[in-house]
Amino acid sequence: MTTETLIWLIPLPPILAFFLIVLFTNRNKALSHSIGVGAALLSWIGSMVVFVRAIGVENLGKTPFVSSINWLPTGDTWLRIGVLVDPLTAVTLFFVAWTVLMIFIYSVGYHNFGQPEGDHDHKGLPPHGATVEEHGHKHVVPSIEPMYSRFFAFIGLFAFGMFTLVVSDNLLTLFVGWEIMGLCSYLLIGFWYGKKSARDAAIKAFMTTRVGDVFMLLGIAYLYSVTGTLSFREIFSETTLHTLAAIPSGVLGFSTAGLIGLLLFIGTVGKSAQFPLHVWLPDAMEGPTPVSAMIHAATMVSAGVYAVIRMFPLLSLDAQTMSIVAFIGAFTALFAATIALAQNDIKRVLAYSTISQLGYMIAALGIGAYVAAAFHLMTHAFFKALLFLGSGSVIHGMEHGVLHTGNHKVDPQDMFNMGGLRNKMPITFWTFLLGGFALSGFPLITAGFWSKDEILADAFAHNLPVFITLAIAAFLTAFYTMRQITLTFLGEPRTEEAKHAQETPWTMTLPLIVLSVFAVGYGWLGIPEHFPVLGGLVPNWIHEFVGGTLAEHPEALDFNIVPLLTSLVVALGGLGLGYLFYRNVNSSTEDKLQIGFLKNKYYFDEIYDVVFIKPVTWFADKVVYQIMDKGFIDGILHLFGPGTQGIGDTIRNYFDLPVINRFLGDGSANATYWSGEKLRVVQTGRIQQYLMLGLILFLAIGAILYFFVLA
Amino acid sequence: MDFIVNHFLSLVLFIPSLAALIMLFLPKGEAKLLRWFALGASLVPFLLSVSLWFQFKSFVPGFQFQERYEWYEAIGSSLHLGVDGLSLTMVLLTTLLTPLAILASFNITEKVKAYMMLFLFLETGMLGVFMSLDLLVFFVFWEVGLVPMYFLINQWGSANRNYASMKFMIYTMGGSLGLLLAIQMLGVLFGTYDLLALTQRWTALDPDSTLLGMSVSTVKAIAFWAFTIAFAVKVPVWPFHTWLPDAHTEAPTAGSMILAGVLLKLGAYGFLRLILPLYPAEAKMFAAALAVLATAAIVFGAFASFAQTDFKRLVAYSSVNHMGFVVLGIAAAGLASGTPDATIALNGAILQMFNHGLSAAGMFFLVGVIYERTHTRNLEEFGGLFPLAPVYGGILIFTSMASLGLPGLNGFISEFLVVRGTWPILTTFTAISMVGLLFTGAYILKGIKKVLHGPLNEHWAHGEHKVTEINAREILVMAPLMVLILWIGIYPAWILDVINKAVVMLF
Repeated sequence: MTTETLIWLIPLPPILAFFLIVLFTNRNKALSHSIGVGAALLSWIGSMVVFVRAIGVENLGKTPFVSSINWLPTGDTWLRIGVLVDPLTAVTLFFVAWTVLMIFIYSVGYHNFGQPEGDHDHKGLPPHGATVEEHGHKHVVPSIEPMYSRFFAFIGLFAFGMFTLVVSDNLLTLFVGWEIMGLCSYLLIGFWYGKKSARDAAIKAFMTTRVGDVFMLLGIAYLYSVTGTLSFREIFSETTLHTLAAIPSGVLGFSTAGLIGLLLFIGTVGKSAQFPLHVWLPDAMEGPTPVSAMIHAATMVSAGVYAVIRMFPLLSLDAQTMSIVAFIGAFTALFAATIALAQNDIKRVLAYSTISQLGYMIAALGIGAYVAAAFHLMTHAFFKALLFLGSGSVIHGMEHGVLHTGNHKVDPQDMFNMGGLRNKMPITFWTFLLGGFALSGFPLITAGFWSKDEILADAFAHNLPVFITLAIAAFLTAFYTMRQITLTFLGEPRTEEAKHAQETPWTMTLPLIVLSVFAVGYGWLGIPEHFPVLGGLVPNWIHEFVGGTLAEHPEALDFNIVPLLTSLVVALGGLGLGYLFYRNVNSSTEDKLQIGFLKNKYYFDEIYDVVFIKPVTWFADKVVYQIMDKGFIDGILHLFGPGTQGIGDTIRNYFDLPVINRFLGDGSANATYWSGEKLRVVQTGRIQQYLMLGLILFLAIGAILYFFVLA
Repeated sequence: MDFIVNHFLSLVLFIPSLAALIMLFLPKGEAKLLRWFALGASLVPFLLSVSLWFQFKSFVPGFQFQERYEWYEAIGSSLHLGVDGLSLTMVLLTTLLTPLAILASFNITEKVKAYMMLFLFLETGMLGVFMSLDLLVFFVFWEVGLVPMYFLINQWGSANRNYASMKFMIYTMGGSLGLLLAIQMLGVLFGTYDLLALTQRWTALDPDSTLLGMSVSTVKAIAFWAFTIAFAVKVPVWPFHTWLPDAHTEAPTAGSMILAGVLLKLGAYGFLRLILPLYPAEAKMFAAALAVLATAAIVFGAFASFAQTDFKRLVAYSSVNHMGFVVLGIAAAGLASGTPDATIALNGAILQMFNHGLSAAGMFFLVGVIYERTHTRNLEEFGGLFPLAPVYGGILIFTSMASLGLPGLNGFISEFLVVRGTWPILTTFTAISMVGLLFTGAYILKGIKKVLHGPLNEHWAHGEHKVTEINAREILVMAPLMVLILWIGIYPAWILDVINKAVVMLF
């Protein structure tokens, strides 16, 4: 099979799985998950083959794999859509395929496959456990998810969206994949739709990202209008870029390229949960944990960053746009990290950490660090997927404890209910530790260190304020990560439930192990050439390969000791302080960082509610519907009814009745009657009188005729 | 065989009416027979128009399958039929939706005979508008369609049906008065009502000469607005839209399907078939005004829809929102006629007409399905129905997403094309209309949340009120719509190519 055909086929298995499960196999759980996982495996194989073939190509950036077909007729021309695998696509495909496959496998265990059906589980609510009888006494075990098959259908659709987005050679199909993921995130965040919080979170996610999406749609329309194409390769041709940079847009001094770039970037702000559209992401934790990993590591939020990396040649044409990007990214990185400090829900910490790390990538792009942004996107996908799945494993273990004690008041996601889990769940602990260290940028061995270090080095060289912001954020990251690890795994169990936590089945731990390999090893592909001692031992493959996507290969930075030292200090310092602060903290009341401002996420939800949601709801109902439609427009229409009736009544009362009826109708009758009555006197029966009357009449008529007609 | 070939369009047009007349002689009590007969009778025009679709040569300019019969010789009006890519698309939509609407009405038990006959007459009325190339005949069919719909709402509608049917009837008739006068003026001026001849001679008039004591341009401007108001009421364009939520909400399910699916398209079709070719200069002059109204329809339609607590009203207002994109595309095409951008905008507008026909008909049907089970349309009284009717839920989400314009489904393609086409021509309006697009999401999600998600309303879970799953007949109504929705979403070229060629040749 040619590589091009294969690329077309990569997204197909998951969508076929979706339709197969929805239409045919949804009653059979084992068959459904086999189809789901099988499909992910097929896409994985396809992606790996393409990846291997891609890295074998000399100068892939100049001669990528491309193939396209006619799609939409537009006058005399066609809008073509197709697939493209250049270095950026190849590396993205690599991490997407791996993480997606791992998440699919993990989902089997997470949704308790093989366990009995729950005692009173309902569709739309998480499973509550089932009572089984063993050796004569009853105990409660986890029960299988009631909508097990549906879950695999949805994540299949999700994977389809992501693969479509990655292999697209144009913005339109990229947007198709983008929105399909939006739908899936809605369906999956609201998977347990029986819970109000999940319902609301689903709508919040969809609507918040849609704010970004409509801007992006405008950006696409704008770009298409100006260039007449949406294909990346055609847009990034030198002449097109030149034109885009040269024409002013007429808005706030942006060039056309800058304004289009900004519109597209707002799409990313929504999808990658950047300030000020970040509010949906933490709530999205309402979904099942594999979904969190899917949305927040492997696919959706990465898609946002991927899109801006993809559009980098366009964005970088306008300095103003680039500084906005850099500012939003750096600000988000720090801002989200501060919120993460005060969260007690194990998944919410990771949620804010995701926002923060995405901010890193965006900031890196904003300062022109193309390769560093892409590098961090990849390493982050691995270690954040690992951390989310790890946290899911922890929650699962804790739920086991909850089922054992039967005390359902204990929140299995609250880190202050945990502690000492390292002994109960060793695989989860060690993999989580690796993931956490990668997130913190633990020096030399973890992937996160290399990618973060590269961003810091770039920032130091190009933009000092961004560098300082990111360095502080990196310190906070290390701190809250160690806080999380310490509270969860170290020390002694703080609750009875934590004492009875249990390691999860192999379907869940295997993905953790696989991902932890990447969370550590992937960074070694990108060790800078000039790095002390290690530099040059392995070639800086990431820089060489990914950098080749751009028309001009980016220069490798000269080594500078300051960012490296900063990176070491913040990572180790944060980790160390995190451990010292939290090793003896036993309850959330002792935690000094439970500051209302941070805990309530700077009150963004409340502010948005007051500023946007309430006024808009009021406006829609009261102003548009009640006042405008019902009151004003219908009011005018209803005037026509009484109006015409009024006219009718007027005519009847003032014309018909008096004039026609009384005067002409009744009047003529009366007149006849009256004249008859009067004329009776002339009917005397005497012939002489008649003749006399006839003569008078004759004379009178004759006189009238004479005067009026003849004269 | 020759007869069929030579009379293709008149067969498609009159078979429904013929069948309705035959139904007169069928026994009144045999509901089953009447239903199946009506369904069968409506399937014939569908099959014929599918065959029409395949015989149609999209690359040939002008009208195909033309037929002409003398009708009213004294005033120069003849029954002149013909289709091009634009009208063929609409004919296909009409003949597809009518059998589906009839199938959807199999649960009607009251006065089945009259009901089915009205539907068949309605089909002739709608098809006549799309096929006629004679202005007077066009107007006759335009008005003929109103009568069956009036009775359908008035006799089989819900609580407030008298008000709604009256409003619908009077509003559309009132709107059409100017159209009638303007058509008469054209006919008197040129001694013919033939659209092709009229277009040529009317547009060739010297704008500086005088006509009826006024300058030609003034007369044209007045006639333009007479046409525009008639069609704007039908589309409906804001602020002429308030008949729509009432009529749609009170009409029986199948009536709403046809109302939203086809009748609204008559207005948009009028814009495309008559206004743009007859009044190119005026369309350009008043494009901004039209764009304002279209944008208002998009934005306010979405807001009003979001404010509803009645499920059917919510869907009804969504039509205002969606049809606004059609008019926006038309306004842009009027402003920049002949440019590639205008072509794209018109492609989008026409495809949006077809797409909205599919998704709105589907949505109204799904509202009807749930109404039949619960006898309420109040969103607050539903809740948590997903586990009770998972298949229904899946279909509802699918159709809602098509309505929302999810990429991969049909609505996205047409909305994207409209946005793309109008952006360079009417940049500000396009940008403002995005607010409407955003709130499309809000009201669709509100609908899904209130009906399917949410805490289960125990009322619907047990006993006589138990909500049952969508049945096979109902799935059969939805299946063709869903297939088309997906098909156009993934590979729109099969239909868009026909539309595109027609647009390129027409404008």
